Amino acid sequence: MSAARTRRGMIGLALAIPVVLVALLGPYAAPKSPTAFVGAPFAPHNSDALLGMDGLGRDALSRVLWGGREILALATLATVIGIAVGTALGVTAGYVRGGVDEGIMRTLDVALAFPQIILALLLVSIVGPKLWLVCLAVAAIHAPQVARVARAATLRTAELDFVKYADAFGIPRRRVMAGEIAPNIISPLMVETGLRLTYSIAIIASLSFLGFGLQPPAADWGLMVNENRIGIQQNPWPVVAPILLIAIITVGVNMFSDAVARSALGIEAPIGPAGLLGTDDAPAPGEEAVGEAGAV
Amino acid sequence: MTGDTVLRVENLVVEVARSEGRVVDDVSLTLANGEVLGLAGESGCGKTTLSLALLGYTRRGLRVRSGRVRVDDRSLLEMDEGELERARGSLVTYVPQDPAAALNPALRVGKQLEEVLTFHTRGQDAEARRAHVAQVLGDVDLSANDRLLRSYPHQLSGGQQQRIAIAMAIVNRPRLIVMDEPTTGLDVTTQAHVLQTIRDICRIHGGGVVYVTHDLAVVSSLAIRIAVMYGGRLVEIGPVDDVLGRPSHPYVRGLMLAVPDIDGRRRLTGIPGQAPEPRRRADECLYAPRCPLAVDACRAQAPPPVAVAEGHSAWCIRVGEVERGAAPEAASAAASTPPDAATPLLLVEGLDARYGARPVVHGVSVSIAPGASLALVGQSGSGKTTLARCIAGLHPEWTGAISLDGAAVSHAARGRPQEVREAIQYVFQNPYASLNPRRTVSESVAQPLRYAASRPGRAEIERRVDDVLGRVALSAAMKDRFPHELSGGQRQRVAIARALIVEPRLLVCDEVTSALDVSVQAVIIELLDVLRRERDLSLLFVTHNLALVRSVADDIAVIRDGRIIEQGRVGAVLDAPATEETRTLVANVPRLAGAAPGG
Repeated sequence: MSAARTRRGMIGLALAIPVVLVALLGPYAAPKSPTAFVGAPFAPHNSDALLGMDGLGRDALSRVLWGGREILALATLATVIGIAVGTALGVTAGYVRGGVDEGIMRTLDVALAFPQIILALLLVSIVGPKLWLVCLAVAAIHAPQVARVARAATLRTAELDFVKYADAFGIPRRRVMAGEIAPNIISPLMVETGLRLTYSIAIIASLSFLGFGLQPPAADWGLMVNENRIGIQQNPWPVVAPILLIAIITVGVNMFSDAVARSALGIEAPIGPAGLLGTDDAPAPGEEAVGEAGAV
Repeated sequence: MTGDTVLRVENLVVEVARSEGRVVDDVSLTLANGEVLGLAGESGCGKTTLSLALLGYTRRGLRVRSGRVRVDDRSLLEMDEGELERARGSLVTYVPQDPAAALNPALRVGKQLEEVLTFHTRGQDAEARRAHVAQVLGDVDLSANDRLLRSYPHQLSGGQQQRIAIAMAIVNRPRLIVMDEPTTGLDVTTQAHVLQTIRDICRIHGGGVVYVTHDLAVVSSLAIRIAVMYGGRLVEIGPVDDVLGRPSHPYVRGLMLAVPDIDGRRRLTGIPGQAPEPRRRADECLYAPRCPLAVDACRAQAPPPVAVAEGHSAWCIRVGEVERGAAPEAASAAASTPPDAATPLLLVEGLDARYGARPVVHGVSVSIAPGASLALVGQSGSGKTTLARCIAGLHPEWTGAISLDGAAVSHAARGRPQEVREAIQYVFQNPYASLNPRRTVSESVAQPLRYAASRPGRAEIERRVDDVLGRVALSAAMKDRFPHELSGGQRQRVAIARALIVEPRLLVCDEVTSALDVSVQAVIIELLDVLRRERDLSLLFVTHNLALVRSVADDIAVIRDGRIIEQGRVGAVLDAPATEETRTLVANVPRLAGAAPGG
């Protein structure tokens, strides 16, 4: 992945990876149980508890270390489902066109018309705060937007001659979508994935904050913000630490997906004759534009 | 050499900033007042980079390493940004390849012309400016009426747009005009007009023109002198008639043999190998790897210029060995098939095609015999590609009848039996878009076989891929490459291999060489010719390039505005066109000076 070698990409990874490590490995490094009452509520930090106590007298550091795993896992899962469903819908709409396209896209327009977080809240309040439901609700929020991006990329790709060739040869439509189109819209989808992941984290944290995500006494970054905001003057750490971590991973993932988008421009250059002139060593192969006349 | 010198380039080196690979390597040349210098060469030879350096400009990622560019004794490379800005547009001007990109689509033409004028000649009153604009428009053969001045660029034709762009370039009477293939996008008739305009301007107003092109025929009809570049270096410079008529450098000689000639059918000969990538200083002749005359001494030093005649030099130490004079061998069998073969392989009768409600092809009937080759010739927008696409099942909006071997075929490719889809194979114009960038060469070539009616096994597929890659002269080392690692000519060969692997009966070639350089084009044409004879393959060769037709086809159909206006044997139609339109088309094709005298 050439994006990882760019300055922007490296900074992005340097920000995001430590947060992921904290979330994944945190539970093994936590000094205390995240649910044990070990001190006075909102006791400030001291040498024994680096981030002090939360509102119920639990060790804030341990809760921060425990509280990232589920939110990241849920966010990742929701993103993967959302991207997969959205891509399938978008590629089908963009390649098959006609009534299928209209049907899919207008339905998605309806879904997009709902305020997204309200939609998730609606679902969760009907069925109850189940984690699988949170995951599906977030995925459902993403799918329509992903579908629009995938469809736009598909429209462009489907115009290219190698797709026309596959059509003219009668290769099954399913195989054309999987073999010719999907691999060539990876770049915009990668960018979209990064963006969607940060949205997922933010939405799930918001749902937890509102009490519809993970339930007490579980440790969770979103939930922690809600639980401890009343004591922010006595001990700000139980609120600030989760917010900082969410902010850092959001910025990091965004920078990285931005780097992917930028290098994707370079990756995609060979498709058309008018590549990015001058940035590559050789003048691009299409220095002579593909013109109609004068190929003498 | 007459008059004073307008342009003097001395030892100019432009390199890629990152790798120090030289895109323009030690180029020196001069241009006299009133002269048109043709700067010719194939893709990536550095001609565009050199032409931009004449304006004191380099593309992003490139930089001038050393050398000087002087226009009227003012050194462009030593100017600061402000001076350069004033110099461009008044001292030196530029006419880009695509006029549509040079004109502001939101401004009326008259406004744009006046804008350039106000910016560069302050203080004139409105009346004088208007008169000046009118005069300049007259120079480019446009009348300065209100309708023209008040139109937006998109309301003008391509030729008119290009003339406006040229008018903008000459409106301030620059000393040097740099033109980057300004006629590439125009049809031959418009092209002839624009070329005449450029000649006239130079004659009337003086100054110099550097005309960049890959089209040797255009240079020969336009320029007084020509400079040919290869790998960033000059290889030959001199009067057009001398250089093209009696080339002294092996590369120029090779190019001349690769250029198709409308007046006489002769075999095209390509130049094997590929143009070099920009490298750091190389102490050898860059053409040596492809040169039939190369000896050890060629690889030991960069060749110095050798004077061939007054004002004519070639950068080759073996100038004396180059077989001079153009004596191209005549092609052997012109008519390889009799005109009336038994049953035609492909028969198109009364075909009407449309895009939505817009009709583009009207009542076209053509036929191709087994093993025969039909060239479908027309200018852009004539409907030739649409017709080809109807035959291949890529464009289903048609009525009429298309039959293959006497059996009618249905409109869309997906409605046809697999055998028919295999029998008619299509090769696309643009090799940069016809291959899936995520597949290797062997994957792309094997792809149709996986879905072929005969359902070959894995070993069989592999054997046939190797076989077909061999036939299009691609080495085994290419098998695992991706399209972006290949040159344009190699990609087109992969596309042809992909079409051939299913053993088609008819190959539809849609402008397959128009994106390629002449030396590569000749190689592809040779290849198609061999394949046709070996496999009894029928060809439908769609092209706008009349000069190419003699080299590829037995029969020709000239299409115009969706109707076939003339049809017959190639020799008969080109030598004695029956309709006025065909006669004009043939007459307007730029011809090479001195090439194939009497051929």
